[in-house]
Amino acid sequence: MSEAPLLSLAIWIPILAGLAVLATGGDRNAPLARVLALAGALVGFAVTLPLYTGFDTSTPAMQFVEQHRWISRFNIEYLLGVDGISMLFLILNSFITVIVILAGWQVIDSKVAQYNAAFLIMSGLLNGIFSALDGVLFYVFFEASLIPLYLIIGIWGGANRVYAAFKFFLYTLLGSLLLLIALLYLFFASGGSFSILDWHQTSLSLREQVWIFLAFLVAFAVKIPMWPVHTWLPDAHVEAPTGGSIVLAAIALKLGAYGFVRFSLPITPDASHELSGLIVALSLIAIVYIGFVALVQEDMKKLVAYSSIAHMGFVTLGFFIFSAIGIEGALIQMISHGFISGAMFFCIGVMYDRMHSRRIADYGGVVNTMPKFAAFFMLFAMANAGLPATSGFVGEFMVILGAVQSNFWVAFAAATTLILGAAYTLWMVKRVVFGKVANDKVAALNDINAREFTILALLAATVIGMGLYPQPFSEVMHSSVNELLRHIAVSKIQ
Amino acid sequence: MTLAEMQFVLPDLRPAAAELFVLAMSCLILIVDLFVKDPRRTAVFALTILTLLGAAFVTWAGASGEVVYTFSNMYVHDFMADVLKLLLYLTVIVVLFYARAYLLARPLLGRSEFYTLTLFATLGMMVMISAGHFLTIYLGIELLSLSLYAMVALDRDSPTAAEAAMKYLVLGALASGLLLYGMSMVYGAVGSLEIAEVAERLQAGQANHTILVFGLVFLVAGIAFKLGVVPFHMWIPDVYHGAPTAVTLFLGTAPKLAAFAIVIRMLANGLIVLSHDWQMMLILLAVLSIGIGNIAAIAQHNMKRMLAYSAIAHMGFLLLALASGVVGGDARYALNAYSSAMFYIVVYVLSSAGTFGMILLLSRAGFEADNIDDYKGLNRRNPWFAAMLMMLMFSMAGIPFFVGFFAKFAVLQAVVAAGYLWLAIVAVLLSVVGAFYYLRIVKLMYFDAPADASPIHAPLEVKLLISLNGLAVAVLGLFPDILMWFCLLAVRLSLTILG
Repeated sequence: MSEAPLLSLAIWIPILAGLAVLATGGDRNAPLARVLALAGALVGFAVTLPLYTGFDTSTPAMQFVEQHRWISRFNIEYLLGVDGISMLFLILNSFITVIVILAGWQVIDSKVAQYNAAFLIMSGLLNGIFSALDGVLFYVFFEASLIPLYLIIGIWGGANRVYAAFKFFLYTLLGSLLLLIALLYLFFASGGSFSILDWHQTSLSLREQVWIFLAFLVAFAVKIPMWPVHTWLPDAHVEAPTGGSIVLAAIALKLGAYGFVRFSLPITPDASHELSGLIVALSLIAIVYIGFVALVQEDMKKLVAYSSIAHMGFVTLGFFIFSAIGIEGALIQMISHGFISGAMFFCIGVMYDRMHSRRIADYGGVVNTMPKFAAFFMLFAMANAGLPATSGFVGEFMVILGAVQSNFWVAFAAATTLILGAAYTLWMVKRVVFGKVANDKVAALNDINAREFTILALLAATVIGMGLYPQPFSEVMHSSVNELLRHIAVSKIQ
Repeated sequence: MTLAEMQFVLPDLRPAAAELFVLAMSCLILIVDLFVKDPRRTAVFALTILTLLGAAFVTWAGASGEVVYTFSNMYVHDFMADVLKLLLYLTVIVVLFYARAYLLARPLLGRSEFYTLTLFATLGMMVMISAGHFLTIYLGIELLSLSLYAMVALDRDSPTAAEAAMKYLVLGALASGLLLYGMSMVYGAVGSLEIAEVAERLQAGQANHTILVFGLVFLVAGIAFKLGVVPFHMWIPDVYHGAPTAVTLFLGTAPKLAAFAIVIRMLANGLIVLSHDWQMMLILLAVLSIGIGNIAAIAQHNMKRMLAYSAIAHMGFLLLALASGVVGGDARYALNAYSSAMFYIVVYVLSSAGTFGMILLLSRAGFEADNIDDYKGLNRRNPWFAAMLMMLMFSMAGIPFFVGFFAKFAVLQAVVAAGYLWLAIVAVLLSVVGAFYYLRIVKLMYFDAPADASPIHAPLEVKLLISLNGLAVAVLGLFPDILMWFCLLAVRLSLTILG
């Protein structure tokens, strides 16, 4: 195809827009910075739409491929491309960026340019991660994306932001450096190529595969995050500003899971089969144990953070039961969770902006003063609990269905989430939204304004639309997921 | 021997034209200085810069891919020497520009000695870079070191500077002694100190291995001392801390290039037959340096001291690459490893110059800006320079897209290529520790409120140069290829083992 380099545009438009926003300077020009940022985010979102409309669903091959020499000394290429697995994430990410810019429109009043620029640059880097097909290019985007989030948490975060920012950065850096060693090892094992697609064909002994798999696991498990390396996430979420939480939950958590499908499964299929028990066990712990942990949280953000970990447990579970329905369910769960968790954090942000508290105990009876908001919040909470007709149901249902086929007890344990998820989310909603007006502060609340209404309505439409009619999302995945499964089934041990 | 046979042959001076030029100009500047009345010494400064530019021109004009020996093979002129010397001039010019305002603000430093000593030190480094003989290496090191001892002590009223100079002198002299002792052992075993000839005779197997390895230990210890790697690192923090910041800037940048050159000349070109022995030593030194350097840096509250420990850790990384050249007597990884090491050191010098330059930029008369708390809220005082320092810090920590990442990448791939997977893993785990203190500087600049809100005063050319330096870290991070190929070419044309 000799069309515009869409993937490069999706990466570099937000980054350049971010730099342009930075150039507006101090807070005197804050209105200009906001408008410029929104324009950059919208254009960035617009260029990702042709990825969907122009996508050929009949082939598992990489599409919109761009290939240029980058670092010829080490045979590193600027190699971009998307398949049915990665394409949707670019759109999701660019959409969430628009939401994030809007979410910080009034609330962020200091260092406005830097705030918006950080999110735009972050958005470009995340698009880079999802479209890179060269191992080093992937790694470079993967690690560079730590910088903006570190600054976002550290500058605009809550009271304990410094601790959270450091914990986030060092935790994830530790994981990704081991990934780098694995990439270097693959470079030599494949005879001098950094192309991820070449690595899919490289034969490796089981011993090598297990070590590489473990290195991948450390890197991706920290990102997802999986139990027991999840402890950075609640801290980061609680301290991050609303926009930071949204990006973290909606996109950043998907990176680790994406790494599993792009790296672990196809490069080390034998080790994946060998160690699938471990991953399934870790996933179930995340689903059940973290579900209970979420139940006792007193901070709303922490509660949603823990529920994210539990939902991501579903994703990893879906990948490692090795069936089409499981993997597709997991991918849909990732996208749906992107919308729902983004919406949940936005809702909490809406309340926090008014009350400056995230403690559940400080609320009660919000429905009396903010009826429109309460309706949206209720909807997203239901979706978070996996209510049918919302997008949250589709992915979880497919994963459970896949799990039943492979092992009944695994499916049984996973299905407890339907109860636990409902328990912790709905109990929180009950305490926050319903009941009598708890105190004077709640009584003085104003309902959502037009900007907030637009954001929530957009998200609600997506969540319900995806729940009622998930086919547009799942049909683009079929070929790629089948190809992946075919690939995993073939042993790479010579 | 008849009179006719004793005729004196004038050596070919052309390969050493740049050195002769710098020497002549340094002497000229010493004389000119006697007649300069200007308290700002603008003429001396200008002449020094002109000397370096002239030397750059001479080196550039004489650059070729050929290897030429002169002064009875004591001196070698090759492409690696040309590249390193050009980088050296560039570094010294940048150092002089950064340092000038700082020197002028301090009466004891503002005189001409800084400039002339810098030129003599530069000459010493040029000699080191072009050494074809163990004694030439020694001569170069001494010329460099003696100039540096004096420079550290320039601020004679400062007790910390005097203490630093004293420590540096005593320990430096000890290191020189170790180096000379090692050389004497090599001479005893091989019967020559000419690097090419030593390599030839070792290949032929005409040497006592025990004596050689005994000498090698002293040689490596001497080099480790000059590079400042654990356990020969104790002088580094004290000297970096105690010396005037302008001198620290010089000390922490240019000599690293020369030190890299002598390691290549002495170990890779001269003693490659003993690679198994010295690689084991380098690995030990490297792991200790990366570990102790990174951990000790966390405890520092003085910026210069922190950067000193960071330098130790970085030199450890350099040694990792240098220790990965030969595997089981097979030298086919040598080019990859040594060119990666060269890339690493060039990148380090670039980042380090920018970081020390930033300290100089923030300092003013009576204020050194060397406490890490002085960087609090820099983003609010001046977002542009905060961004520059942030990029330098992330580059030093090895985070992409900054060039420091590719330096680490090049070294790690050399280590993995040589099969030392465990070494690569240890190195990256320790560099996570290292990331902490670079992040802390970013934290101070961006997350904290400024303790002092005074605007930054600096000459325009310094601001411009610092900005260029910071941007170079980002631009080279996006396009590191050309510099990588340059390093590869330089090492390929100079490494004798490749034939």
